[in-house]
Amino acid sequence: MNRHSLVSISELSKDEILHLLDVAGYFEQNPNHKILDGKVVATLFFEPSTRTRLSFETAVNRLGGRVIGFSDASTSSTSKGETLKDTIKMVSNYVDLIIMRHFLEGAARYATEVTEVPVINAGDGANQHPSQTMLDLYSIYKTQGRLDNLTITLVGDLKYGRTVHSLLMAMRYFNPTFNFVACDELAMPAEYKDFCKKNGIKYNESHEFSPEIINSSDILYMTRVQRERFTDIMEYERVKDLYTLRNSMLADARPNLRVLHPLPRVNEIDRDVDDNPMAYYFEQARNGLYARQALICRALDIDILNDKR
Amino acid sequence: MTESKKELAVAALRDGTVIDHIPSNVLFKCVRILGIENMDTSVTIGNNLESGKLGTKGIIKVADVFFPESTLDRIALLAPTAVVNIIRDFEVVEKRRVSLPDTIKGIVTCANPKCITNNEPMATRFEVIDRDDVTIRCCYCGQAVNAKKAIIR
Repeated sequence: MNRHSLVSISELSKDEILHLLDVAGYFEQNPNHKILDGKVVATLFFEPSTRTRLSFETAVNRLGGRVIGFSDASTSSTSKGETLKDTIKMVSNYVDLIIMRHFLEGAARYATEVTEVPVINAGDGANQHPSQTMLDLYSIYKTQGRLDNLTITLVGDLKYGRTVHSLLMAMRYFNPTFNFVACDELAMPAEYKDFCKKNGIKYNESHEFSPEIINSSDILYMTRVQRERFTDIMEYERVKDLYTLRNSMLADARPNLRVLHPLPRVNEIDRDVDDNPMAYYFEQARNGLYARQALICRALDIDILNDKR
Repeated sequence: MTESKKELAVAALRDGTVIDHIPSNVLFKCVRILGIENMDTSVTIGNNLESGKLGTKGIIKVADVFFPESTLDRIALLAPTAVVNIIRDFEVVEKRRVSLPDTIKGIVTCANPKCITNNEPMATRFEVIDRDDVTIRCCYCGQAVNAKKAIIR
């Protein structure tokens, strides 16, 4: 196992997170920095994810590295019955870094255990997706100027949404206040509420996406309410529009409020919000590039701020 | 009467291991965890015996086998009350409770069908996250389960 691998955001200390944010900030100012000259990076996408893959591959390219890999398991030896271990062992012979997306939970952890090459988890099933969390943290940091003492409202699917779970865990260092807005079927699971209690994180739960909640928030983190998550389709029909954000709902919001969404969105944010300066979800996606450049440097043990090569 | 019979039975073992105070409902799972099914030495298994502490209990006696401590401690997952007696030349030379390790390797199957451990030829690994309630969590997919409901391989 390589100690620079990253499987879960919970592996990062507060100092490491803050350092990565600084590095991401550096790359936003200097996106093209050829520090990966001569390095080869594998992007192994056993499950298609165009956004994440393009973002990682752009990051490698802007750092001057080369990319090999596949974007779908059907084009790899997995379709011939090769085990994950064998695929990782084989690819490890060729590359300096593996960036991996897999449909099975725990696949990234296992990959780190069978290779000495660093592995970055680009999503393993419903489990972890740390680069998404880094870009969320960077977006919050950039728009608010800080991570400390913020009120963050999480809306929509809080039960299955791994992005909200990871964000909640990463924010434990920064004294946040959370509002959990969801229907019963998609409420924040007990284990994460226990996590809040253990870490002294304040939170409120609400069924209603009310003006009071919106107007007291610094960040609105919207997520998609997916039809297939419901056992009772009537319940879906009842709640699907309750957690939709419309422009008029932001009229009395704090001026510093920003609306985030991991994308793709369907109808949980009305199109009329897009032109509001508080809408930040498209810039948020762009921040993924800088956050991923920072994570790639960490994985390859390159300290860009102290060692500008 | 029961008590004297049991003492006689324990004493009858010349060399080997006696595991006592196993809750009746997990006795056969413990047998499986220890791999006793595949042993060819003399094995005695008793169940639903009277027990002051447990109501009823199970007992396993294996002649001429001395398990590594780490193997015996695996049954702490299901039977934290179990007591191990090491017998040499008819004497109990060591008596101790089993103790729950921090990580459990290879004996529990993860209940999550989308976990990598159920889709790849590999050993499972769980960490103990609550010792009182004996709750364990898969080190790969993160799913937690109470040991009483855990699926034993």
